[in-house]
Amino acid sequence: MSSLDLPVTAKPAAAAAVPVKVRRSLSTRWISVLTLATLLLAWWAVTAAEWIEPLFLPSPEAVLGKAWLLMTQGYMESTLWQHLGASLQRIGLALGAAILTAIPIGIAIGHNRIARGIFDPLIEFYRPIPPLAYLPLIVIWCGIGELSKVLLIYLAIFAPIAIATATGVRTVDPARLRAAQSLGATRAQLIRHVILPSALPDILTGVRIGLGVGWSTLVAAELIAATSGLGFMVQSAAQFLVTDVVVLGILVIALIAFALEMSLRALQRKLVPWHGQSH
Amino acid sequence: MALLQLERISAQYPGAAEPVLADISLSLGPQQLLVALGPSGSGKTSLLNLIAGFVTPSAGRITLDGQAVQGPGADRGVVFQDDALLPWQDVLANVGFGLELAGVPRAQREARAREMLALVDLADFGSRRIWQLSGGQKQRVGLARALAADPRILLMDEPFGALDAFTREQMQELLLQVWQRTAKPVFLITHDIEEAVFLATELVLLAPNPGQIVERLQLDFGQRYAAGESARAIKSDPRFIETREHVLSRVFSQRSATPRKELA
Repeated sequence: MSSLDLPVTAKPAAAAAVPVKVRRSLSTRWISVLTLATLLLAWWAVTAAEWIEPLFLPSPEAVLGKAWLLMTQGYMESTLWQHLGASLQRIGLALGAAILTAIPIGIAIGHNRIARGIFDPLIEFYRPIPPLAYLPLIVIWCGIGELSKVLLIYLAIFAPIAIATATGVRTVDPARLRAAQSLGATRAQLIRHVILPSALPDILTGVRIGLGVGWSTLVAAELIAATSGLGFMVQSAAQFLVTDVVVLGILVIALIAFALEMSLRALQRKLVPWHGQSH
Repeated sequence: MALLQLERISAQYPGAAEPVLADISLSLGPQQLLVALGPSGSGKTSLLNLIAGFVTPSAGRITLDGQAVQGPGADRGVVFQDDALLPWQDVLANVGFGLELAGVPRAQREARAREMLALVDLADFGSRRIWQLSGGQKQRVGLARALAADPRILLMDEPFGALDAFTREQMQELLLQVWQRTAKPVFLITHDIEEAVFLATELVLLAPNPGQIVERLQLDFGQRYAAGESARAIKSDPRFIETREHVLSRVFSQRSATPRKELA
């Protein structure tokens, strides 16, 4: 009897176990996809039924058509690619400058009492101020050229990277420092071989946050007498009530932010594979 | 041959009223495996930190081959309780890390690192990542890393404290083999009485408040293992059991207010 019983009891268990596992592995992603699909469908439905005037919400087809027009002919004397290029160049310059300055300063803050005393109040003082609030001052000091735009984004990116780096440096495992010291490491070698790699996960998180803040400062930066850029495009389209360009601009800005975040996460996985592993 | 000497060492943490260690004198020479045994709070780790140079004594002198110890240095290799390996390097680079710091060319330090990995029975693990290792394997990498820099003495801070009992016994035997082959003087601290009795050529028993040496024993069980006797035979030897019980009673006599006279 028992030989007969066994397969009978085993079968339902196995059959029950498999579908549960499959459903779990797909569910979160499918929920996200369904949410987006529902949103798109609702957008299409309300515009197709003409419940909302195109001035307030243009249809998805209109926005797509506008995208094609912008890519081929352009808006405000620049194509979509040129607007995108101008914005990416600004954020790229600002990010490069921020990485080159914020990481050494962050290491100094985390490592050295005097540096912490100097930089900590400065960073904490300007960090909570909305960029739009000190924008006029930057224009008065640095003019309306490219410098002011890059500087505004730079300031937004700098603080998160410096703070994250300092935190990473402060939380380096003291046992690792001692291990390196007992192997004969000098101060410079400690920074290069132990402190910097230990802080790298935090630094990359700082870059991710900084890039997010920097990208959202873009529109503010491109308020300064810009003639190209995604922020400028949205801004000037809004003044002429060209709603489809506004919607398109917002979508492109969101897509780029999403792509930046995803590529930084991939970079983090590649550069710090030990992060999240238990030691 | 290396000789470490501690002359009347005291140590006190800034702001603390009581010293952590008072009037400790020790010497550690060739062929020696000195084990410091004591309950927590007896200043074992402070003693090791003093020798390693991570902290400076408030009184007394520490010398290695006649030269005063100042700060940490590559002449005293340290194996830590929680391996303290660098996860961004693979096993081979971790073992060769000390040589990298000393500016040794890559080919040479990798050859040396492979040699040390073979010594701790991890010959094929060079390209593994640190997080792919078990606790015992990590400790062996830590030991190989300390040895690769060719220190004059080896300091071990409760190296097997976090391992399970089975792995711990294997590691004790491995340590005795390595000690025998490299002929480095070893200073090891532990709170495991059987481990201390098994490994030590000289055992010092520390008591807390303030940390002081209350007993010194000359033992030969480790040497007997190194000479080829099996660990089980040694550990079931009546002399081993007697010594273990003696040390145990000494540890307990410190804890209770009334020491048991017949064993004191």
